[in-house]
Amino acid sequence: MSAKSEQLKKSKRFQWRKQDIELTLLAIPTTIWYILFCFLPMFGIIIAFKNFKISGGFLSNVFNSPWVGLKNFEFLFKSNDAWIIIRNTIGYNIIFIILGIVLPVVFAIMIGLLHNRKAGKVYQTMMFLPYFLSWVVVSAVGWAFFSFDKGILNQFLGSFGAESINWYMEPQYWPYILIFLNVWKSIGYGMIIYLATITAIDSSYYEAAVIDGASIWQQIRFITIPLLKLVIVMMFILSVGRIFYTDFGLFYQVTRDSNSLFEVATTIDVLVYKQLKSATIGMASAAAFVQSVLGCITILTANWIVKKIDSDSAMI
Amino acid sequence: MAAKTYESGLEKFNRTSTGVNILINLIFILVALACVIPVIVVLSISLTHESYIRETGYSILPPILSLEAYGFIAKQGTIILRALGVSVFVTAVGTAIGVLLTTSMGYVISRPTYRHKNFLTWIVFIPMIFNGGLVSSYFINSNLLGLKDSIWVLILPLAVSSFNVIICKTFFRSTIPDGLIESAEIDGASQFRIFFSIILPISLPVLATIGLFLCFNYWNDWFQSMLYIDNPNLYSLQALLNNLMTNADALARNASTIGVSAAELVATMPKESARMAVAILIVLPVACAYPFFQRYFISGLTVGAVKG
Repeated sequence: MSAKSEQLKKSKRFQWRKQDIELTLLAIPTTIWYILFCFLPMFGIIIAFKNFKISGGFLSNVFNSPWVGLKNFEFLFKSNDAWIIIRNTIGYNIIFIILGIVLPVVFAIMIGLLHNRKAGKVYQTMMFLPYFLSWVVVSAVGWAFFSFDKGILNQFLGSFGAESINWYMEPQYWPYILIFLNVWKSIGYGMIIYLATITAIDSSYYEAAVIDGASIWQQIRFITIPLLKLVIVMMFILSVGRIFYTDFGLFYQVTRDSNSLFEVATTIDVLVYKQLKSATIGMASAAAFVQSVLGCITILTANWIVKKIDSDSAMI
Repeated sequence: MAAKTYESGLEKFNRTSTGVNILINLIFILVALACVIPVIVVLSISLTHESYIRETGYSILPPILSLEAYGFIAKQGTIILRALGVSVFVTAVGTAIGVLLTTSMGYVISRPTYRHKNFLTWIVFIPMIFNGGLVSSYFINSNLLGLKDSIWVLILPLAVSSFNVIICKTFFRSTIPDGLIESAEIDGASQFRIFFSIILPISLPVLATIGLFLCFNYWNDWFQSMLYIDNPNLYSLQALLNNLMTNADALARNASTIGVSAAELVATMPKESARMAVAILIVLPVACAYPFFQRYFISGLTVGAVKG
């Protein structure tokens, strides 16, 4: 009896081993991927504290280039651009976060009010289209409208006898254009999450409300919005967590990297890319380091708050 | 039957007045048109005759439709055909590799009895919180891994995202009964066999979701090309369009091989409409495909948003 159970135990342990080995083998390719493309760059971040020169092998460069302490950061924060970049990154993100919640919620509620469900589906599909366009294509679309001598907007102005505007040279219009394009591209995506929550609401709530004589507005005010509140708070916190990251394509491609628009369209991602391409690696790596560290702190804080509110929705 | 009429009666009673309904419909028609019209504008520019564009500029409704730009692309097509080939290759191979890497990891960390489950879960989670940033990734990819100017730089760095791994893990954990895997284990099946011949075939919805995310991501990627690709032979359609936006003459680059001098071609070719025709070549497959696959996108996005 005891011998048999021991044997069973042994075979069970053997099976365990076999399973573990096989599962480990199955996970090895993806683990290698993570090491190469995620974890190596995390250690590479130390070049922000070095006077890094591009020549020859990467590793020997990292080890041999001299430490410069915080010199790169000093250089970054002493430049006049630092203030503009911080303002743009955070400013645009605050506007995007607010509009990215208010508009999709309003549209999601409105689409539920339509008498014709089929029409609602068609609108939703049409509004989803911009989400699937790359920023390079959006840049071509923008060019069709904003081009100085051929653009549709200038022709339109011309037909009223107004002067043509050299759009890519006039920074005052671009905050509005960038905000519009961001909303335009993301509205279909934003609606989906709220619409999913609304359609999941138990219809008996509304039936009870109707019987009690509630108007449509009262139903929205006292049933739909309170039940959406949790998702709204969640989406808000998660997007605040990414406040130091911007959409590079929006700010670089759509503005066609125009120098006149520097003040209104340079965010931290654009700065890092431009410095990297012009081989000012010290400043680029310092800015990338600041972004990674601040981003990490805000994401962890946001996640911590989400966990307090609703532990199921937290990332970790 | 009675309940049904009662409910639909209630629904009819509990809805906005016809006036409000028309107003909401109007708002949606305006917004939906604003989302679609810019793409139609690009389409009509690609169909406008070049001489008309030179005289009056772009127009939403061109007076004479012309297939000149598409004819030019077809005749001078080597550059564009090559770019199309690169885009298709990257999208197909990338999606296949990505789906395999993502689902295998998702399956492994979904097994509750696996010994290193926690360790691997951390490997997936940490990159969601902290990343090395663009500069450090750039040097690792181009100098250490030697991927600069290689087609693999368009494929490998985008293959896995922790977000997708978590979607897979949640799906496997919640829809596949433990008993199914246990009974296969008792029958002596190896984990590879279980994964490839049991798990994957019954997980088609999540495969479709992940596959679509990857597919659109690869097809729409231009950033990797902009960072790492200098060799014009490795341009994808997106990279080509990106290049044409700053330099429309690039299409005439290989003109001498066809017998016309490059200068002559630059002067006569339909630059403006050809550029927009390339944009249409990129958008058309996407615009035709997404309405049919929307469902999978929505399921992926909502899982990700709620259970991220």
